[in-house]
Amino acid sequence: MLEVRGLEAWYGESHVLHGVDLDVGDGEIVTLLGRNGAGKSTTIKAIMGVVESRKGSIRYNGTETIGLAPDRIARLGIAWCPEERGIFASLTVKENLLLPPEIAPSQVDLDRIYTLFPNLKERLSSPGTKLSGGEQQMLAIARIMRTGAKLMLLDEPTEGLAPVIIQQIGRTVQALKEIGLTVLLVEQNFRFAQKVADRHYVMEHGRIVDMIPRAELEASMDRLHSYLGV
Amino acid sequence: MTELWYDLEPFLQQGTLGLVNGAFYALLSLGLAVIFGMLNVINFAHGAQFMLGAVVAWMLLTYAGIGYWGALLLSPLIVGLLGVVIERTMISRLYKLDHLYGLLLTFGLALIIEGLVRNQYGVSGLPYGVPDAFRMPPVDLGYMLMPAYRFWIVVVSITVCLGTWYAIEKTKLGSYLRAAVERPQLVQAFGVNVPLMMTATYGTGVALAAFAGVLAAPVYSVHPGMGANFIIIVFAVVVIGGMGSIMGSVVSGYALGMIEGFTRVYYPEASATVVFVIMAIVLLVRPAGLFGRA
Ligand SMILES: Nc1ncnc2c1ncn2[C@@H]1O[C@H](COP(=O)(O)OP(=O)(O)O)[C@@H](O)[C@H]1O
Ligand SMILES: [Mg+2]
Repeated sequence: MLEVRGLEAWYGESHVLHGVDLDVGDGEIVTLLGRNGAGKSTTIKAIMGVVESRKGSIRYNGTETIGLAPDRIARLGIAWCPEERGIFASLTVKENLLLPPEIAPSQVDLDRIYTLFPNLKERLSSPGTKLSGGEQQMLAIARIMRTGAKLMLLDEPTEGLAPVIIQQIGRTVQALKEIGLTVLLVEQNFRFAQKVADRHYVMEHGRIVDMIPRAELEASMDRLHSYLGV
Repeated sequence: MTELWYDLEPFLQQGTLGLVNGAFYALLSLGLAVIFGMLNVINFAHGAQFMLGAVVAWMLLTYAGIGYWGALLLSPLIVGLLGVVIERTMISRLYKLDHLYGLLLTFGLALIIEGLVRNQYGVSGLPYGVPDAFRMPPVDLGYMLMPAYRFWIVVVSITVCLGTWYAIEKTKLGSYLRAAVERPQLVQAFGVNVPLMMTATYGTGVALAAFAGVLAAPVYSVHPGMGANFIIIVFAVVVIGGMGSIMGSVVSGYALGMIEGFTRVYYPEASATVVFVIMAIVLLVRPAGLFGRA
């Protein structure tokens, strides 16, 4: 579904990605692990087309997207939940939720979203940023679920959240998988990643340095710990 | 009671007349606020585009026999389209640079537009009569008789300002606009063509200035400097209201028009400078403006 080859990216003069190769298959949940500053968010942003400059090849269902503007990439069926969540302060919760245009028929309607995230339903008319951190994260995921996008790029959805909320987000990611969506997930929280993912990529200094399928996870624990420095 | 009334009457009269100027301040600062919010560009050409609106109305009448009502529709459309061309060919190249470049570019454009009009028509002013529909007795407000056309200016301005506010704050399209003001990149990553929105926003802001220009044509003389006279005060209004705040620019537009009027009663010498005095005070006390987010 997604094939990234030799992806490089820059912020101004600073060269951050040095040839990233990764694949995500249809319906898979794949994580991107690595220490802070390894280039995980930049990889996601480069796929979405929102870095200043990038090079290499990103094919989505066979379409080369490296030269496309972000809105065109989104319209192919890719949705992004940024690390900083990106909830709009001048929009109500409901406006935030309804903001991303539908790009394809979606299996997830508003009722389904309100069932998954009952807190949001109670706060529809409050300003988006009046929500708690956890609720904002749910809103950030919820709003891209109803657009009909097939590939979700989730950047550290559990960062800084309480365990109960992390569980709820875990259930959501599971729900995404059940309806056949594909997820590329950036995570620092390895215990969370371990539960939901089919495969793990490890990034270091702007490159993918390893790939560990779920089945080999037990056997690769030591290696992984040394990558992540835990 | 009657004595109080004698005191109050000139106050109300000047305040009401001030509202006519305020109507233009509000329309113009609204356009500036919308453009600044979305494009991060301080549109120094706004006054020239206002003037162009009036000149195009005059041209439509003189060369094509199209009267006031046609001009009220066509002139904003024509000048707005010119705005679209300006944004596509020039302003859009500056978004990644400092504010200052946009300001310099639009300032240059203002000089060019004013220069062209001056070359073509001179500085003396082109006559544009009050439309026939308003050749009627003044409106009796109880404390004064207000010429029907001036009454119309205030009504139209309030309607357009409220309409724009509603469109931005309460509609789906407005939610895209507000979101794109906060995080253009994320909105684009949701599949919205943000560059197109920016072009449309500039075009609309410019059209709004031209619309105000057509409204002004019958009451102020149509001449190349008419925008420059207004725009200096309008920039002060924008600073007072808070850069980029829609509600702030509209409310301060009317309020400052009225305050100018009141000043004319009590201390006429200061009526031309009172806006700048208020601006200085606001800058000292609330640098982000009365309605601005710091
Ligand atoms: N906007 C930016 N401008 C300049 N450098 C950046 C920017 N964002 C990230 N970087 C740098 O790029 C590198 C990779 O960052 P990032 O992709 O955010 O890492 P991760 O998500 O893995 O923590 C880091 O060295 C970071 O300092
Ligand atoms: Mg990151």
